[in-house]
Amino acid sequence: MDMTTQQTAPPPLPRPAPRAQRPAARGATRPGDRIFLGLSRGSGVLVLVIMAAIAAFLTYRAVLAISKDEANFLTAFEWNPSGVPPRFGIAVLAFGTVVSSVIAMIIAVPVAVGIALFITHYAPRRLAGPIAYVIDLLAAVPSIIYGLWGALVLVPSLDGLYGWLDQYLGWTGILEWNQGAPRSLFTVGILLAIMILPIITSVSREVFGQVPRMHQEAALALGATRWEVIRMAVLPFGRSGVISASMLGLGRALGETMAVAMVLSPSFDIEASLLDPGGGTFAQNIAGKFNEATEMGRDALIASGLVLFVITLLVNGAARLIIARRKEYSGAGA
Amino acid sequence: MSHARDAQPAAGSLRGARLPRWFPWAAAAGSVAAGLAVSAAAGLHSDIQWALIAAALFVLGSYAVSAKVEGPRQARDRTATSLVWVAFLLAVVPLASLAWETVEQGVKVLDGYFLSHSMGVVADSEPGGGIYHAILGTLEQVGLATLMSVPVGVLTAVYLVEYGRGRLARAVTFFVDVMTGIPSIVAGLFILSLWILILGMGYSGFAGSMALSILMIPVVVRSTEEMLKLVPNELREASLALGVPKWRTVLKVVLPTSIGGITTGVMLAVARITGETAPVLLLVWGTNFINANPFQDPQASLPMYIYLQYTNGSDAAYDRAWAAALTLIAFIMILNLLARGIARWKAPETGR
Amino acid sequence: MAKRIDVSGLNAYYNSFLAIEDISMTIEPRSVTAFIGPSGCGKSTFLRTLNRMHEVTPGGRVEGKVMLDSEDLYGSGVDPVAVRREVGMVFQRPNPFPTMSVYDNVAAGLRLNGKYKKSDLDDIVEKSLRGANLWNEVKDRLHKPGAGLSGGQQQRLCIARAIAVEPNVLLMDEPCSALDPISTLAVEDLIGELKERFTIVIVTHNMQQAARVSDRTAFFNLAAVGKPGRLVEIDDTERIFSNPSVQATEDYISGRFG
Repeated sequence: MDMTTQQTAPPPLPRPAPRAQRPAARGATRPGDRIFLGLSRGSGVLVLVIMAAIAAFLTYRAVLAISKDEANFLTAFEWNPSGVPPRFGIAVLAFGTVVSSVIAMIIAVPVAVGIALFITHYAPRRLAGPIAYVIDLLAAVPSIIYGLWGALVLVPSLDGLYGWLDQYLGWTGILEWNQGAPRSLFTVGILLAIMILPIITSVSREVFGQVPRMHQEAALALGATRWEVIRMAVLPFGRSGVISASMLGLGRALGETMAVAMVLSPSFDIEASLLDPGGGTFAQNIAGKFNEATEMGRDALIASGLVLFVITLLVNGAARLIIARRKEYSGAGA
Repeated sequence: MSHARDAQPAAGSLRGARLPRWFPWAAAAGSVAAGLAVSAAAGLHSDIQWALIAAALFVLGSYAVSAKVEGPRQARDRTATSLVWVAFLLAVVPLASLAWETVEQGVKVLDGYFLSHSMGVVADSEPGGGIYHAILGTLEQVGLATLMSVPVGVLTAVYLVEYGRGRLARAVTFFVDVMTGIPSIVAGLFILSLWILILGMGYSGFAGSMALSILMIPVVVRSTEEMLKLVPNELREASLALGVPKWRTVLKVVLPTSIGGITTGVMLAVARITGETAPVLLLVWGTNFINANPFQDPQASLPMYIYLQYTNGSDAAYDRAWAAALTLIAFIMILNLLARGIARWKAPETGR
Repeated sequence: MAKRIDVSGLNAYYNSFLAIEDISMTIEPRSVTAFIGPSGCGKSTFLRTLNRMHEVTPGGRVEGKVMLDSEDLYGSGVDPVAVRREVGMVFQRPNPFPTMSVYDNVAAGLRLNGKYKKSDLDDIVEKSLRGANLWNEVKDRLHKPGAGLSGGQQQRLCIARAIAVEPNVLLMDEPCSALDPISTLAVEDLIGELKERFTIVIVTHNMQQAARVSDRTAFFNLAAVGKPGRLVEIDDTERIFSNPSVQATEDYISGRFG
């Protein structure tokens, strides 16, 4: 290692154990070996074929739809693919998807980091294990159940909160509330936040748990309080892990279908206020419009699904990249 | 050495003014009481409001008291502690409410009759009926998806761990990761465009299970890969040194050693796809009648049943939706607990 | 600056396991006291009770008195954070904060304790790095990551970080065990200089090192594995290594066990 790389070198944390050398894969000359290798390689190739097919077929149907679209697909505020001529655009959906996911992230990330710290650094030792276990279990609750709970329990209990927000923050315009049922993008954001909490928490918790003891003791020995230890040694170490956990959560929030479809009362315009019902998301729009869609309608929905697909690919790709980079120099998988 | 002393409260003394140990509890109790009092006085009737008032009072109050008595550093430390506790409680409330409501509302109509009858002759707005057709559909769709995904997933993992080097393996690894993040509705749209719109097949349970297996394969690959990597290399070498061909080594030594972990992974994957609604909604279509043939005609499914009952909107339908939700969640939780149980039980052997 | 430590009747536990039993000793200011003894005899545990780091370990618990001049570290109302501010510590493995530069590492403890003017901070950082015999090697790379230094430099960086806050006592837990001989020499020289200003306690596995750097030496031993560690004797280093009063000490330093 020369001097320059040494200086910028990341911390000398335990390196990942070198991947064990597998016995040579070559020399598969027996028929049994050839068949087995063929089968397993074939399965790997199948995965690639499926991914390629998803991209290809979605693009094919999407192009069919967009070529007949008389409105601008990216900017139009309407969804009428079965009309003559067909007119539809994803502006409202893109807005609603991004806004509801951003609200979800703003609520969920700090809370999830808080819970992760609670489990790793604050909770009584006896409680920490069971809490972590329950949070992992909650990650398995299906979205349809979050949707049912959101629509029948959460929505009715938000009136008071919305009244408040309107009273004190209504002047901002975006938090104005006109007494409609709280089936708005903001409610969707709250519900999505609750849904992605477990996943962000469990990844962050793992990362915080890997912070080397010696760095925390170094801070303690300097006379740091518990919070200062966390700020000096834990958060800097865990930052990239939290970022990638958040991206994974964001990926889920962007593609969430049923919970949004059950809670939102959609419309094809953009409301100035986030508390008023209206708007829509890609996934919610597909689920909501699918039943009565004609063939052209389905193709239009597929076109919007393709956009969602690309967005989630980018977000997840970024998350994986961060995790991979982190793994490289810390040996800590996330 | 005066420069370092300036900021010290009482030079040379180790004894800072400290609030008593019971202070956080007292502050919490006081804040809750104040929150309740304020909301009663102002006539607020939402639980969310008094809880938020109490949380804000707790955090700000402990900061103020601590800053006055203990100094700014301790105050910041206390604030961090209060915030972390508040974050925890904030998250517990909705999640506990979710569990509680599902059980409380779910037990209303959940009984033997409900589990063994379909909606065949029941109007959606009337009480009665059941989820037999939905359970049947879900079991068949998930079963078919599992049959398709497990061989592909396990073999892909075997390829990546036992044979995989070079660009093909790297590409497969990357796209398995990408696949993990596909929104379920996109998987549904893909099968829709290929199977139904282009090939002209009808809606069926099988169409749904194809979409489900797209969601399941990457999960199986990932967990199997992890398990295979845990198998010590010495085992492989010992077997190969005996002249056992590689494929038999994998089948007879590697896979059996990691079978516990693979089973856990598969069960978790099954639990995950059992609750998937979106692709089923697009591809299976739904019916009120019993259709035992997953290859022909629309079927029902448990998650979709919940959605359809919810959209119906009558009280009787809501009760059925909750009961179906309870059934679904119980099934998924049992699978999860079993899977984690197997993982823990197998833990010493695999060294995890 | 330097203060005297007076320990009496100290027991330390891990949960219900008694790790060290009934230790009493006096540690003189402006001198180096070395702790020696076989592995598992509790010398590191004892060291960590002197700045209340032992209780950070899960299940860690302490009984007894540790007087720092006239104040009991374990007295009621004593803030462990304030204790650690007065009693600095250097660990076995160099542990600079990986995300911080050389400069920020040294300034880390100061920044906790209040606001400093940039120029004051610069002065203290320079003085501490000079005090740790590191200034000449790092003055051109103050704002590069501390983790990029060599092992010996990292350990001296950690010492600079510890002395920057001007503690009364400096505890060192086998500070050279992860270092090569040349770096070890550098750190040992440094210890000799630091004792002019601080009370220094050093745990070491290396008998020659104890003989080289310390003024007084304490020998710890344990009756058997699973039994608590005890203080066998403490005396001037010269005496311990030439003519100890207990037979076990002589057996240990002449290499008959341990």
